[in-house]
Amino acid sequence: MSETKIMLGNEAIARGAFEAGVKVSAAYPGTPSTEISENIVNYPEIYAEWSPNEKVAMEVAIGASISGVRAMASMKHVGVNVASDPLYTISYAGVNGGLVLVAADDPGLYSSQNEQDTRCVARAAMVPVLEPSDSQEAKDFMKYAFDLSEKYDTPIILRTTTRLSHSQGPVTLEERCEPMDIPYERNVSKFVMMPGNAKGRHVFVEKRLKDMAEDACTMPINKVEMNDTKVGFITSGIAYQYVKEACPNASVLKLGLVHPLPRKLIEEFASKVETLYIFEELEPVFEEQIKSWGIKCIGKEIFTVQGEYSANMLRKAVLKEEEEIKAAAQVPARPPILCPGCPHRSVYSVLNKLKIHAAGDIGCYTLGAVAPLSVVDTTVCMGASISTLHGMEKAKGKDYIKNWVAVIGDSTFMHTGVNSLMNMVYNQGTGTVMILDNSTTGMTGHQDHAATGKTLMGETVPAINIFELCKAMGIKNVVEVNAFDTVTLEKVIKEEVAKDEVSVIITKSPCVLLKGNKFTTKCVPVPEKCKKCGMCLKPGCPALTKNADGTISIDATMCNGCGLCKGICKFDAIETVEV
Amino acid sequence: MKTKNIMIVGVGGQGTLLTSRILGGITVDAGYDVKLSEVHGMAQRGGSVVTFVRYGEKVAEPIVEEGQADVLIAFEKLEALRYAHFLKKDGAIVVNDHRIDPMPVVTGAAEYPENIIENLAKEHSVYSVNAMDEALKLGNSRVFNIIVLGVAAKHMDFSKEAWLQVIEKTVPPKTVEINKKAFLLGFES
Repeated sequence: MSETKIMLGNEAIARGAFEAGVKVSAAYPGTPSTEISENIVNYPEIYAEWSPNEKVAMEVAIGASISGVRAMASMKHVGVNVASDPLYTISYAGVNGGLVLVAADDPGLYSSQNEQDTRCVARAAMVPVLEPSDSQEAKDFMKYAFDLSEKYDTPIILRTTTRLSHSQGPVTLEERCEPMDIPYERNVSKFVMMPGNAKGRHVFVEKRLKDMAEDACTMPINKVEMNDTKVGFITSGIAYQYVKEACPNASVLKLGLVHPLPRKLIEEFASKVETLYIFEELEPVFEEQIKSWGIKCIGKEIFTVQGEYSANMLRKAVLKEEEEIKAAAQVPARPPILCPGCPHRSVYSVLNKLKIHAAGDIGCYTLGAVAPLSVVDTTVCMGASISTLHGMEKAKGKDYIKNWVAVIGDSTFMHTGVNSLMNMVYNQGTGTVMILDNSTTGMTGHQDHAATGKTLMGETVPAINIFELCKAMGIKNVVEVNAFDTVTLEKVIKEEVAKDEVSVIITKSPCVLLKGNKFTTKCVPVPEKCKKCGMCLKPGCPALTKNADGTISIDATMCNGCGLCKGICKFDAIETVEV
Repeated sequence: MKTKNIMIVGVGGQGTLLTSRILGGITVDAGYDVKLSEVHGMAQRGGSVVTFVRYGEKVAEPIVEEGQADVLIAFEKLEALRYAHFLKKDGAIVVNDHRIDPMPVVTGAAEYPENIIENLAKEHSVYSVNAMDEALKLGNSRVFNIIVLGVAAKHMDFSKEAWLQVIEKTVPPKTVEINKKAFLLGFES
C-alpha cells in the first residue's frame, strides 16, 4: 500500500536514496543541502557520515561506487568546488555501483557567499544533471539518477535549489529496492586515471554525452505539455512551477535532464510555438545552447541572471499584466545576528576593543563583519581566513599583521583550515589564528565533525584534539581560553599577536543553542546604579534594549546569562541572578 | 476552491517552522494539495524570517507573492509591517503585540516605527494579541506562537477538533497539553 507524506525537498531526496537502495552516503553540511544527510540517517540500511569536507565526501562515495554499491555525496553549490577535483576525473572513469552527487544551489543567496550555477560546473566536468521541480520529483529523480548512472557508466548530479530543498509537498512512498552488489573486478584502464588511460576515457565521455543527448529526446523526465501554441516555455526545476502558476495555458517543455540537452526535442517544440521563452534561474545555460542551434527564443533579455524567479515576474514580463502591488513599507532592516549568549560576541567584543582586524571565514562568526562588532574584514571561502592572513604578511611583512588575526570555527578548521595552518607553519608565517571552537557546526544547525566526538549516526568516537593537532604541527604557541573570560582573552591576544611566530588561540565555549547547554543564570539591570553610558550595548546583544531615559532593559526570555554585559559595566549596574 | 495563501513571519528562533508544520498538517488532513516554503540556515539567526503555506486543489508554486496573502500571521509587530504589502485587499493580519528591536535599532542607526498596529488597522483587518503575556500566564513563554496560531485559525475553515488533532501529532509529546491550551486560548478569544 502506498502512503503519502508531506516532505521537505531534502527529506524527499533522502527518501529517494533509500528507495534506490543506496548503501553509502557522505556529506559536509551546507545550507541548503544539510537536511539530506540528517534525513538519510533515519534509514539504518544506509551508512551515512559527515566527512570533514566535500572533496573527502565525494571520494568516499566514489570508493563505495567502485566497490560495487550505490553511493552518494551531498553538498551545497560551493561545496561542489571543493569536490570538483575528484568529480572531474570520476566523470572520465565512470562508476561501478550507481553514483549520485546532490548539489544544492542557492539562487537569491539565502545563506551563501556566491550564486554560482552548478550546471556550469557539470558542463565543464561533462557530468549529466537532473533537476526536479517538487518534493515528489525529488524522490523520483533520485531513483532515476541511479538507473541512469549505471546504464551510462557516469556519475550523475541531482541539482536542487534552496526553494526546492526547503519547500514541503506531498510525496508517495514506495518500498526500497535492494540492488545486487555489483562484483568488483580489477579494471586499471577504467579506474586508474593516468594519462594513457584517461586519454581513452575522454573519448568515451564525449560519446557518452552524445548518446545521452540523443536518448534524452525520449526520456520520460523530459516532458512536453502542448497547450496554446502562441507562447511556449522551456524550463526546469522550481521555475516550472512559476510557469504553471502564471501561464497555465501556455505550452511547456519541462526538462528533467538539464544536461545534456535533447536537441531534437527542443527543435521540434520550438517549431510548434509562436514565441519561445527560456525560463531558467541563474545562468543562461539552456539559452546559450539553444540559440547556438539557430533557434529564436527570448531569455535573459527579459529575465534576470540574479536571484530567485517568481510567477509575478512572468505576469509582468510575458503577460504584461500591471498588477497593483503596494510598495513595501520603509522599515528598519532585520539582518541575521549572533544569538544572545553567543561566545563569538564575547571574542569579537575583545577584538573590537583592541582595534584588531580579522581575516574571516565561513560560519555564524562571519556576522562579526557587521556593526556594532565590525571586526571581520574579509570572507572568501571555507578555510581561507588563515591563508589570506598569511598572504597579507608575505605581501607587506610581519609588522603589517600585528593588528590582525585569522578567525575560523572548529568545523571550518577541520574542513580546510588545517591545510592553511600547515602552510603558515611551513612557510614561516607569524600570524595569529583564533579557532572559535563552539564544539559544533553552528550555522547549519549543529552537525558533528571530527573534533566533537560524535558521528552523524550517533556513535561516540574519540574526538580529534585541536590543541594537540596544532602542537603536532610544531606550533609552540597554542593557548586555550574560555571565550567569556574577556580579561584573560585580552591579555592572551595582545601577547600572541606581538610574537614573531605562529600562534593559535583556541576559544573554547559551546554554541549557546547546543542541546544540553544549560544556563543557570540571567542578567538583570540595576537601574539605580546605571550611569547611562551605553557601554553594555556596544557588543550588540539583542536581549538588551535602551530605555527612553537612557537606562537599559534585558529581555528575560532572550538572555542566556552569559555575563558579557555585566563584565563590561564598570558600575555594577548589571547583576546575574540564579534561575 | 481558490488556492489559499498564508504567510507566517517573525524573527528567526520564534518558531515559525513548527507553526507552519501544524498548518501544513491540517491542510493535508483535510485532503488538500499543499506546498510550504521555509527558511533555514544563516537567515534564521535572529533575522527576519518568512514561511509560506499554500493549499487548494492543485498548488504549483511554493511561495506567496506580493498582493496575494489571505492571512498574514506575524509573531512580531515590525515584521507585520514589513510584509503587509503581501496581503490581498481583503486579507487579514493576525499580529503578536510584541516588539523585538532589530540590530539597526539597537545600535541607534534606525528607529523602531511607532503605532504599527494602529496604522496597519487603517488599511487592513488587524487582529492583535499580546501572546507573550498570555503564554507566560500559561507557564511557558515559548508557546506564544501557538496562541497566535489559535487567533489566526478563526480566519480559516477547519474545525477545532481537527486543529487539536494535528497539534497533538506535530508538537513534541511532552508539550501536547500546554500547546493545546495555548491554541484554545487564541481560538476561543
